[in-house]
Amino acid sequence: MTLNEKVFKFKVEVILKKGVLDPQGEAIKQSININNLGNILDVKQGKLFELTASSKNREQAIKEVETICADLLTNSVIEEFTYYEVSE
Amino acid sequence: MIWHKETTLPKVDLVVLPGGFSYGDYLRCGAIAAKSPIMKAVKNFYEIGGFIIGICNGFQILTETKILPGALIPNTNQKFICKDQDLIVANNKTFFTSNFEHNKTISIPIAHHDGQYFLNGPEIEELEQNEGIVLKYRDNPNGSIKDIAGVCSKNKRVIGMMPHPERAVDKELGSVSGLRMFESVLSNF
Repeated sequence: MTLNEKVFKFKVEVILKKGVLDPQGEAIKQSININNLGNILDVKQGKLFELTASSKNREQAIKEVETICADLLTNSVIEEFTYYEVSE
Repeated sequence: MIWHKETTLPKVDLVVLPGGFSYGDYLRCGAIAAKSPIMKAVKNFYEIGGFIIGICNGFQILTETKILPGALIPNTNQKFICKDQDLIVANNKTFFTSNFEHNKTISIPIAHHDGQYFLNGPEIEELEQNEGIVLKYRDNPNGSIKDIAGVCSKNKRVIGMMPHPERAVDKELGSVSGLRMFESVLSNF
């Protein structure tokens, strides 16, 4: 990190696209219903990432986060992502 | 053997990405290995028409680099499956399957947790039309769409498969179907 850089924090959520089987979500749903914890129609299991970026400005940080999401954190064949900035 | 941190390939006729595990298979199977320094060279090799085989984790790496279409996701039963599997040769016009008759049943073991092949509707039709489906499971063990066990690239020079042909090369091991595949490679060079 250099003097003219700032820290930006982001949360990234990755979830399976519609139509992709989610056996983990299905197993969790069954456990919820068998144990009478609630009447849950559907469970999807995803991933949460926290990224701490050091960038000149917010625009640059967002650009990097988007590249990271598309290039590494998700496989566009099966997953989609959303991200949002969070305070420290 | 070429180390993953290398950045160039020596002069080779064929690149084989073997099975196993890579980088703990964190994120998704093969996702981090797909970003290894050597993979840029493998991608270049593909682009100039090189022959590549990806087995199991190697297949996952090839889909993660987008050299092959689709993705490998966890088996529907959420279990690691390790057993001999009957496969149908759906395309025998590739360098890896040319020693088999079309639709022949062969036996090759699988050993994976994330072997369910997935591809979206329109793209799976395109794969079928391009004769990209090379091997199919006779008795689908993992939920793969269209029973797919192995696919090839449009130019038919890159093959990815979840079963392990290198584990079926001796009668003592139960099958020589894998040996026939490697013999196919030799007869095509």
